[in-house]
Formats: sequence, C-alpha cells, structure tokens
Amino acid sequence: MRIRVDPDACQGHARCYGLAPELFDVDDYGLSSVIGDGTVPPELEDKARLAIANCPEFAIEELTD
Amino acid sequence: MASRHPVVDWATDFDVLDPGYVADPFTVWDHLRETCPIAHTDRRGSTWMPTRYEDVTAIAHDVERFSSAQISVIPVAGPVPDEPVLPYGVPPISADPPLHTWTRRLLLPWFSHRRVDGYEAMTRELCASLVDGFVGAGRADAAAGYAQQIPVRVIAHILGVPGGLADEFTEWVRDVLEFADDPERRRYGFERLTGYFLTEIDRRRSEPGDDLLSTLLHTEVDGQPVDERLVLGTAALVLIAGVDTTWSAIGSSLWHLATHEDDRRRLVEDPLLMPLAVEELLRAYSPVTMARVVTADVDVGGCPMRAGDRVLMNFPAANRDPSVFERADEVVLDRAVNRHVAFGSGIHRCAGSNLARMELRVALEEWLARIPEFTVEAGAEVTWAGGQVRGPRQLPVVFP
Repeated sequence: MRIRVDPDACQGHARCYGLAPELFDVDDYGLSSVIGDGTVPPELEDKARLAIANCPEFAIEELTD
Repeated sequence: MASRHPVVDWATDFDVLDPGYVADPFTVWDHLRETCPIAHTDRRGSTWMPTRYEDVTAIAHDVERFSSAQISVIPVAGPVPDEPVLPYGVPPISADPPLHTWTRRLLLPWFSHRRVDGYEAMTRELCASLVDGFVGAGRADAAAGYAQQIPVRVIAHILGVPGGLADEFTEWVRDVLEFADDPERRRYGFERLTGYFLTEIDRRRSEPGDDLLSTLLHTEVDGQPVDERLVLGTAALVLIAGVDTTWSAIGSSLWHLATHEDDRRRLVEDPLLMPLAVEELLRAYSPVTMARVVTADVDVGGCPMRAGDRVLMNFPAANRDPSVFERADEVVLDRAVNRHVAFGSGIHRCAGSNLARMELRVALEEWLARIPEFTVEAGAEVTWAGGQVRGPRQLPVVFP
C-alpha cells in the first residue's frame, strides 16, 4: 500500500497526524506530508485507511500502480 | 435587545437566537435537512443557512463568491465590535486572499503541533489547580468555574501576558465576549484590552522579543512594515477566537458526560479512548458558526443568493448530517470515520485547532482523573449561549 497527501487540498486539520504519526508529518504551517515515499508497512495499513477516512478535505489518497 | 417574535416557519424565517433553538437546535436542523436544507430569514438582513454537510463545505471552499468580510453571525454584536480602531478587521479570519494568505502564514507556526506540545504542561497545571479549588466542595459550576477559566489563561500565557495580570485579563475578555447586550461593560473590556495591546506593541517596537506580537510588528510586506492597526486586529483575533469557542467545547463535553453515565464510565475506564472521544465530542457539540457575505449573485441548491446576502456556515449542523455520519445524533465515543468540520473547512480552517484539541483533552483528563463521577445538580438550571458560539454558560454539577 502506498499513500500520498495532496498539498493543494490539505488545509492542516492534522487529523492524519493525530491518528497515524508513524505515517505522516506536519510542518509548521500545518501542511501534512507522508513520511518517506508513502509506502505503508502492512501492520499500519489499518491506520492509513483510518487517516484517509477521517481527512475532512479528502486530501489523502491511496496510490494504485 | 431587539424584539423577537416567535418562529413559525424555520425554513423561511429562522432565528438563531430563538431561546428554544439555542437550547436544542438539533431537531430544527434535522427538520430543515429533510424539508428545506438551505433556510432563509430576513431577520437582521437577508441571510441563508445551509444545514447539509455537502452545502456547508462547498460554500466554505468557494471563497470568491463567499467572502469572509462579514463573519459575525449576529451583525450588530459579533465577537469584535465594529471598531474604527480595527480598520483591517481581525485578519486572517475576517480577510479574503491575498491579505488572508500572508496573515495566516504569520500565525500558523505559533499554533503548530510542536508549539502546542509546549503549552500542555501549563494547561494541565492550570486545570488541576482549578479542580483543587472545588473538588472538596462536592459541587461546581463546570462552565463558569472550570471551562470558562481555562482558554483565556492559556492564550494569555501564549501572548506573554504576565501571570499577575491573568485574572484581570480574563475578566476583560469575558466582558467583551459574554456581555454583548451590555454595551457599557463590553466597551470597558474592549478598551482595556486594546489599551493593553497598544502598550505592549509600543514596548516591542523598542524591545522585540521571541513572541507573536514582535513577529507581527517586525514583518515587512512588499518592503513596508505592517500597519500597527493590523497587528492589533490579529492580536485581538488570537485572543478572542480561542476563548469562548474552546470553553464552549469543554463545557458541552462536560455536560454530555454529566448526562450520559455510560460514556462517562467508558472514558474513565479506557483513557486511551480520549483522542477519538475528543473528535466525537467536537463533532456532536461543535460550538462555532461563522458567517460569509455573498459577493455576486449565485444560485445554490435552487436558492437565489444575492450579492450582499449573508450565509451562516452551520458547521454544527453539517456535523450531524445523517447522509455523512452514521447514527449522526448519537455520541459514539470511538467513532472511527469522522470527517467532522468543527474547525471549519477550506482555507479558513481554524488556525488554533491543535491548541483547542489539546485544551479540550487536557481539561477532560484532569477533570475525570479527580472527579470520575458527576451529574447535573437536581433542580438546577443549565443555561446555554448560542448564535456564533454555542455552549453551556451555567452548568451546576455535583459529585461524591
């Protein structure tokens, strides 16, 4: 599983960071980004899905190859 | 006070200050979503009120047609009076791009996760000391005696207000926020606050420090220093936007826990539930409604909005929309899917949301650690404030 944050859609609600700090970082302006290249370890896939489902701006997406 | 005639038809003549609505707006929203999801009124000027998640978030994102130049839900008595001393309003909340963009960018780092983590110890100590004051008495006003005492002191700390002035400062802010119908008292509070800030601004011109006011004052925009009246507006925003909003969220959450024994027990027994519970309480009891003003005629869902009309961004109603949230009218403490917009949506997302969340969580943790069992005092009256910010103002509780 791979995910990304759309930087134009993110408004800094930081819900992803709150739910899955292992997967997301937030900068000083509130903008979220995935840690590394966005590859989600299998044990964190549920958390990644939770982050996607809770973003009020629909800014997180799962990448399909 | 303006005369108020009772509402007969909520779809065409709603009144957000109707006492019944302030106490229980939920049934009205449910009815409107089913019958007329964007309601209208001519009370206080032509005003629309969307109640569905989809409409509220779409309007929030359309910042060209829906300006933030008028954000007060009640035009004559919003959080900041229409003051000549604030010609720029209170940016970024009252601004559209481009003023919004750079003023918001100046503010955001002061409310980042890293900064907010640094305010947690102080907040915890404050909450614990407030509980110390009434835990032995077996009763407290959880709104006036607890919730209302927390956010203004945290903000004062962030703004660098000396500890010795915190009590006085708290009273000024309460004068401005809580006495909208008492112009004398409101003006007194407002003048004391602006006077204090102007003095502080002067001091930081010669002695800049590592604080928010200094940063604002020493910022240049297009090679020009920022106008002092703009700095004052932003300082006023930081102060006011984070106070009655957060105390309302804390108060409503404590009201819920006082009246829902199962949820209270569950949260006491499983403290790890707290982060999800905080989001759910924010969803179910979202305190804040903001306004927008229509910039050009536009049709939304068949409603002919005209330039100059106002729109009430009913984020609290959006958060109870059953087409988005299962069991929308129930508090589900461990709700897993919760795209709530208690902090708004789009470019005006509450800049202090990290701080508000931390304060709500810490306030509940410290209360529940010492007072795990409490109920509303039998026969006592719980009162609510509404309009821009909804929450309990008097919440007498008793505990063993």
